[in-house]
Amino acid sequence: MPSQSHSEHFPGPIHNPPVIKGEVHKGHGPHAHHPKLQHHFDDMDQQLEASTLGMWVFLVTEIMFFGGLFMAYLMYRWANPTAFQEASAHLDKFWGAVNTIVLIVSSLTMAMAVRSAQTSAKPKTQVMWLVATMFFGTVFLGVKVVEYTDKFTHNLVPGPNFVWTGQYPAGAEIFYSLYFCMTGLHALHMIIGLGMMTVITVMARRGTFDGSYYTPVEVSGLYWHFVDIVWIFLFPLLYLIGAHYGAGH
Amino acid sequence: MSGHIASTRIYYWVFAALIIGTVLTYLAALVDFGAFNNVVMLAIALVKASLVILFFMGVRWSSRLTWVVAASGFVWLLILFGITMSDYLSRGWMVGSLR
Amino acid sequence: METVSYLNDGHGIKSWLLTKDHKRIALLYLVSITAFFAIGGLFAMFVRLELLTPAGDLLSSETYNKMFTMHGVVMVFFFLIPSIPAVLGNFLIPIMIGAKDLAFPRINLLSWYIYILGGAFTMTSALSGGVDTGWTFYTPYSTAAANSHVITAALGVFITGFSSILTGLNFIVTIHRMRAPGLTWFRLPLFVWAHYATSLIMILGTPVVAITVLLVAAERVLHMGIFDPSLGGDPVLFQHLFWFYSHPAVYIMILPAMGVVSEIVQAFSRKNIFGYSFIAFSSLAIAVIGFLVWGHHLFVAGQSVYAGLIFSFISFLVAIPSAIKTFNWTATIYKGSISYESPMLYALGFIGLFTIGGLTGLFLSAMGLDIHVHDTYFVVAHFHYIMVGGAIMGYLGGLHYWWPKITGRLYAEGWAKVAAVMVFVGFNLTFFPQFVAGYLGMPRRYHEYPPELQVWNVMSSAGASILAAGYVLPLVYLTYSMFAGEKSAADPWGARGLEWEVPSPPPTSNFAATPIITEGTHQYAPSGEVGVA
Repeated sequence: MPSQSHSEHFPGPIHNPPVIKGEVHKGHGPHAHHPKLQHHFDDMDQQLEASTLGMWVFLVTEIMFFGGLFMAYLMYRWANPTAFQEASAHLDKFWGAVNTIVLIVSSLTMAMAVRSAQTSAKPKTQVMWLVATMFFGTVFLGVKVVEYTDKFTHNLVPGPNFVWTGQYPAGAEIFYSLYFCMTGLHALHMIIGLGMMTVITVMARRGTFDGSYYTPVEVSGLYWHFVDIVWIFLFPLLYLIGAHYGAGH
Repeated sequence: MSGHIASTRIYYWVFAALIIGTVLTYLAALVDFGAFNNVVMLAIALVKASLVILFFMGVRWSSRLTWVVAASGFVWLLILFGITMSDYLSRGWMVGSLR
Repeated sequence: METVSYLNDGHGIKSWLLTKDHKRIALLYLVSITAFFAIGGLFAMFVRLELLTPAGDLLSSETYNKMFTMHGVVMVFFFLIPSIPAVLGNFLIPIMIGAKDLAFPRINLLSWYIYILGGAFTMTSALSGGVDTGWTFYTPYSTAAANSHVITAALGVFITGFSSILTGLNFIVTIHRMRAPGLTWFRLPLFVWAHYATSLIMILGTPVVAITVLLVAAERVLHMGIFDPSLGGDPVLFQHLFWFYSHPAVYIMILPAMGVVSEIVQAFSRKNIFGYSFIAFSSLAIAVIGFLVWGHHLFVAGQSVYAGLIFSFISFLVAIPSAIKTFNWTATIYKGSISYESPMLYALGFIGLFTIGGLTGLFLSAMGLDIHVHDTYFVVAHFHYIMVGGAIMGYLGGLHYWWPKITGRLYAEGWAKVAAVMVFVGFNLTFFPQFVAGYLGMPRRYHEYPPELQVWNVMSSAGASILAAGYVLPLVYLTYSMFAGEKSAADPWGARGLEWEVPSPPPTSNFAATPIITEGTHQYAPSGEVGVA
């Protein structure tokens, strides 16, 4: 049996709580019992809004996460401008550009995949767009493997085996440290993205998504586009700053 | 269920703009504009990123809250970049000082 | 018939370890952070024991370095940062806004597991020999010299950072999207405002320290030198990146405690808070301005004097919103119907000690003074006044205030008052002498010191033993109350707020049906009557 008030100073529990003036009994609308509605949410709209906002907040943390590396790049490039140009010239900007195009295509197919779920397209169509996205993501990673292998064989991996024949070995080593950290972190995010896409594709194949429920596709799409945006900045900053190096500089 | 459904046309236009932007930034890098190269490169990258955010990520049709959240990430980056660089940039100002 | 509360809704270890209930997750956190607090306290004990005598005779300098490092790492990352948000925030926020749970219950549980994983990494680092870099991991010592346990410790901090990020994410989405009908922003409890501001910091700051400690680990493992001076790397860049988070982190530690104090002073003065919107906005101001001051940790690190000027000035500014809160709490208590239950003792202690800590922070923000006392015990005393005199007292006050709600039991108020006084006295005896010792020049992180400073150190160590006893007492009587305490009513304090309108302890889904709110949740005097509304 609940006790009386804890102290003589207090009159005890409130008998007429002023705050709650009414109660809402949810659960009678048409979507109230959608099988995918999690029960701490009132309705599917709230669930979609909350999930989307959650992914956006997470992406802000990702912006700050990559941001630390971009800060290091900014400072070291300001301190070693010519070294960075010289080092960047050794990256193959053709493959960098190819990868940029590949990711842009994958963003298009991802947007189409989300749209296909929103418009309740057939599972086959949804899967087609999702698989296309994954295909281009895999191509991207394949190109990165080729690039990284090339760096390994040419002793451009920072550390004890780093060999630099140009004018600025210290600056070049810092550049390549940043190159590997930034593109490596980006590639890790791609791999995680591919994992997410696999799960989403399996769900889509089962007909899970339609106009009334496409939240997982939407939030995965947001993540995928973010990873594309990071590359949109990485490409010029890493690959293109030395493109005219040596030409009268 | 709410959520704006964009037309496929807008997606293809944005796609085309992104490809053109990539080609432009590649070509611009081949020419030596001096420090202006950085401006061009960053401007194109910012436009591309904005297109992806506004249209592929749907911020163009999202609530103001989404817009504020997305913008805050970039504003905070600017705080990190700007104030940190203000240290490095001003280190050499006082000639003959301990710093 | 025993009503079903969240405590007995499901039995067995699986129902706890796989729970999605924010209230059970809060208790999981309560147990683990108490354990980490004890571990961090143990490391502190070795520090204070060594410092009883001027000579470095108890521990070698290497071992001593490990003691203060592990004390800092454990206390900052595994106790102070999670404490109030993960225990009290998790438990109360959904109830305070009329929701059934947080927006993402499974992510909430995941955040606890991530926290435990990070803790395991850090404890592994401690048990395999310990890190001696200081909790600040400054380069190039941490990357080029030190010992390899830096890697595990850095990874432990990295992993735990995600626990913090997920908690902040959950709170932001919940507070934006799951408030009950009629519960507008300016009807929210100030506890919720405080946690919203805290969550903004968690989201915007934590990732930067995450990448920074990851880079430290990468430098050690992969030998790639980002901070390596021999390559032209700049150790000060590490400090910029580290403090960009770690300064706002101190506001993560203090804002929730301020939220607790706002709740307690209202309840125990039987008065609405003075200047509600000022306190709400000042929480946001602290969060934002707090991101602009980190360079005050780099005044003597080689940072430019001009940047130092800006940082110094903005550091003065950030004191203003904190001062506003302190004035408003005082105005709330003034002419209130005051009583001195243990939560109120902690809140009053907070107001006094936070003021001292905050003022000494202003001293440190003045570059000229900082040059003299940087890396001395003056700094140590300053931050302990805020973190222990402030944050921990806020945590204990909140734990006592909401204990009946969380457990459905009343604790022994007499013992609680004794403990609160012991904590207050022990705390001041521990840390006030450190201001003196620091000002007289005693450096921090040294295991020996000049003999003329011994009197201050002996006082400090004596105070620490009283403080420790004051911390052990609640562990005893609070635990005891869970089994043998008197059962509590829904509202044992006569307080206001949605959490006091549900049973103690609450049922799993908090509310039978979603409440509709028509006025501010804290009305200690009916509108228009005596008291400031």
